[in-house]
Amino acid sequence: MATDIIMRIAGEGGEGVISSGDFLMQAATRAGMEVVTFKTFPSEIKGGYALSQVRISDNKIYSQGDTFDILVAFNGEAYAINKKELTPGKIMVYDFPGGDFEPEEHKDVHMYPVPMSKIAKFELQAPIVKNMVALGAVSEIFKVPMESLIQSITDKFIRKGQAVVDKNLEAIEAGARYVRENIKKTDTRVFPSPAPQKDVIIVEGSEAVALGGMVAGCRFFSCYPITPATTIANYMSSMILKANGFVYQAEDEIASIANCLGASFAGVKTMTSTSGPGLDLMSELLGLGSMAELPVVIVNVQRGGPSTGMPTKHDQADLLSTAYNSHGDTPKIILAASNVEENFYLTIDAFNLAERYQMPVFLLSDASLAIRTEAIPVPDISKIKIENRVTYAGKKDEQEKFLRYANTKSGISPMGIPGTHGASYAATGLEHAEDSGPRTNQETRNMMTEKRWRKLENIEEEYRGVEVDEQQGAEVGIIAWGLTASITKEAIQRLRNKGYKVSALYPKMVYPVPVKSIEKFASKVKTVIIPEANYQGQFAQLVKAKTDNVNPVKLNIYRGEPFIPKEIEEFTEKYLQKTA
Amino acid sequence: MAIALELKPKDYRSDIEPTWCPGCGDFSVTSAICSAYTKLKLDPYQIATVSGIGCSSRLPLWLKTFGFHSCHGRAVPVAAGIKMAKPDTTVVVTIGDGDAFSIGGGHNAHVARRNMDLTLIVMDNNIYALTKNQVSPTSRLGMKGSTTPYGTLDEPMNTIRLMLAYGATFVAQTYAGSPRHSGEVIEQAILHKGFSFVNILSPCPTYNQDETFEYYKGRTENIQEVYGHTNLEDKAKAFELSEKVMNHRTDPNAKIPVGIFYKKVQETFEQKVADLKKRHNGNDNFNVASLFEDYRP
Repeated sequence: MATDIIMRIAGEGGEGVISSGDFLMQAATRAGMEVVTFKTFPSEIKGGYALSQVRISDNKIYSQGDTFDILVAFNGEAYAINKKELTPGKIMVYDFPGGDFEPEEHKDVHMYPVPMSKIAKFELQAPIVKNMVALGAVSEIFKVPMESLIQSITDKFIRKGQAVVDKNLEAIEAGARYVRENIKKTDTRVFPSPAPQKDVIIVEGSEAVALGGMVAGCRFFSCYPITPATTIANYMSSMILKANGFVYQAEDEIASIANCLGASFAGVKTMTSTSGPGLDLMSELLGLGSMAELPVVIVNVQRGGPSTGMPTKHDQADLLSTAYNSHGDTPKIILAASNVEENFYLTIDAFNLAERYQMPVFLLSDASLAIRTEAIPVPDISKIKIENRVTYAGKKDEQEKFLRYANTKSGISPMGIPGTHGASYAATGLEHAEDSGPRTNQETRNMMTEKRWRKLENIEEEYRGVEVDEQQGAEVGIIAWGLTASITKEAIQRLRNKGYKVSALYPKMVYPVPVKSIEKFASKVKTVIIPEANYQGQFAQLVKAKTDNVNPVKLNIYRGEPFIPKEIEEFTEKYLQKTA
Repeated sequence: MAIALELKPKDYRSDIEPTWCPGCGDFSVTSAICSAYTKLKLDPYQIATVSGIGCSSRLPLWLKTFGFHSCHGRAVPVAAGIKMAKPDTTVVVTIGDGDAFSIGGGHNAHVARRNMDLTLIVMDNNIYALTKNQVSPTSRLGMKGSTTPYGTLDEPMNTIRLMLAYGATFVAQTYAGSPRHSGEVIEQAILHKGFSFVNILSPCPTYNQDETFEYYKGRTENIQEVYGHTNLEDKAKAFELSEKVMNHRTDPNAKIPVGIFYKKVQETFEQKVADLKKRHNGNDNFNVASLFEDYRP
């Protein structure tokens, strides 16, 4: 029997809610289990409601789950927000007595009061270790492999000295002892049995982007601080110096994309990370990137908009503003990652595509994916293909004429890199001829516009940007992108377990819209459903506009949190019954 | 700054003919820049000349060096990106007063305070010319433009004082009517290790009927000669002289100071970055797979 446990730890920001979740994840991963964590942060620096949800299973995990099995409530606010989900069979571990609340009666909910605050404050004389007391109690109740937990805590705190390690381990033991002496376990939930540790790394969504950038060869990164994208720059800055690269904090987002275009012009692989408001500011220069044909990677970690919106909250509402973000006919590519592992591999793909086609390539992440943590298989560098731009080697004789924008069959022309003899040209945002000289006559205009777009003509064949999971005879097909794709995978699994036939298509390249794949997919089903975390149904709009006769049914949420699998499952199920 | 073969100024010119109006001051600036490149024996393929948008920003197109004619107001951060990516490139920004001090004004402070080794040459014609006669941040009070037919209500900026305040380590002004002086100042600016700013009074014969060659003739004074300003590290003196820049706006007999106001050798941003990389054992052949070790559970 497969084990699947979802534990939600909730409390006030700064109370150790997030680190408790991280320790549990570490311990479970060391014990060979599959783990995904989902977190929400308040926008404030201190205080506000914070949540870390750890899902542990012995099978592959796609989503954060519908709700929790176990709630660990650090305070009254956490209890108040989550109490409606305390349905029969669920479990709550909470701070009592001595906490700031006393729970109501919840029928058939297993209630385990542990005086976390009191033990930390009076027994251990260290209020700060409250989360460790809670973690000790939880570990004792649910049989978390204690050795793994102790190892994780030791590794984390040893830099601060043995005394700090000891204090934290003492708190773990105090929580565990309290449970042994005072709590009678009434539920049957326990962690999966330990298995051999897998060859994995634990990474956060934004860390995966930074690692992908490093592997792809990014050696110049310019940024401007913006939630929730800043962490990519943070992670990058700690690694890039080792490879003789540099992270530059510019004066604004306009400067950061300008820096990147300059660096790309100079021959270096470059990236910036931002969120919606920053992307808006970059629009003009991104058009220059398309026009001057400069490779550059832009990561847009989407957050709730419009305007300042909800900076720490999930949204998938920047697809259209990314696709249409510069004036004029601007060729570009947009990839969207559905999980942490894809954040790594699609960042590399984004660099490869930018280098190959010499244009801005975007990666869409989001506020929730950015802080989601997964244990992913250690990437095998030897299997990763890295592409580099086509360059002009230099003049062999002085008579030779270098055409930076040579009108080739593929539309791709060799770049001249500063320092190369005879390779000079003036990159310009003006319409230009093959030699880069400004020109506005109709022939040149037509030729160069078509040249720039020709690069993308066969992109669907040249880049495998979709994942297809079809079932023969299925009448309903779901198309899902970004984080919603991961959640859809779980919904699909559940529907199939119920005996329904249902197909799915997950585009990793969302722009240009993979029209051929989508038309082929849609032709085999009667109904196409597109669930998205935005109000307008932005990908559904693009699909409708670009395809021949694909008219998707939209399922939209915009509350600031990702879908739960149940929503997609139930919506689709109703449709399956309706169309049956 | 690799030493190239002996080149002549015309060897730095591309075969594209300038589209400027006859009599434009920017012709002279182009010559001065080519003359400076020649004197410094720079390899044209090791130079990036970067501009924004406007009449003067077309300048890189007339040159054989690498050029980047970017967006309005964004030449400075584009140039910064080139310099950081390829520090051995000589990076020269050639833009107008609107580009440098209006739309792109926010960028100057940050390359100046970091002492990035760039040369910023502003061709100051006190007007927006490509869009046909609007006042710019350096236009005198009361100047009439197409959007201010009643005469502008705005005081002009003192860009020399501004760049000194931003921490530029080389600040100079010269005049398109003195090509020799312009060439020498540009040469000094490029040679200066660190951020250099050269404001060039460059008349627009089409839209600016006031600040003409005629107007400037006999009105400039060389601060090195007239005031014996040779201790170029004296910042107080530099600020004092910078105040004279604006006098001619109100006093018809006032002279316009040209020459080098300030010059101080300080550690460049590029040097600091290079040191930082060294301290972190930066290696071009860094084994990226080793990064994963830090993420094992």
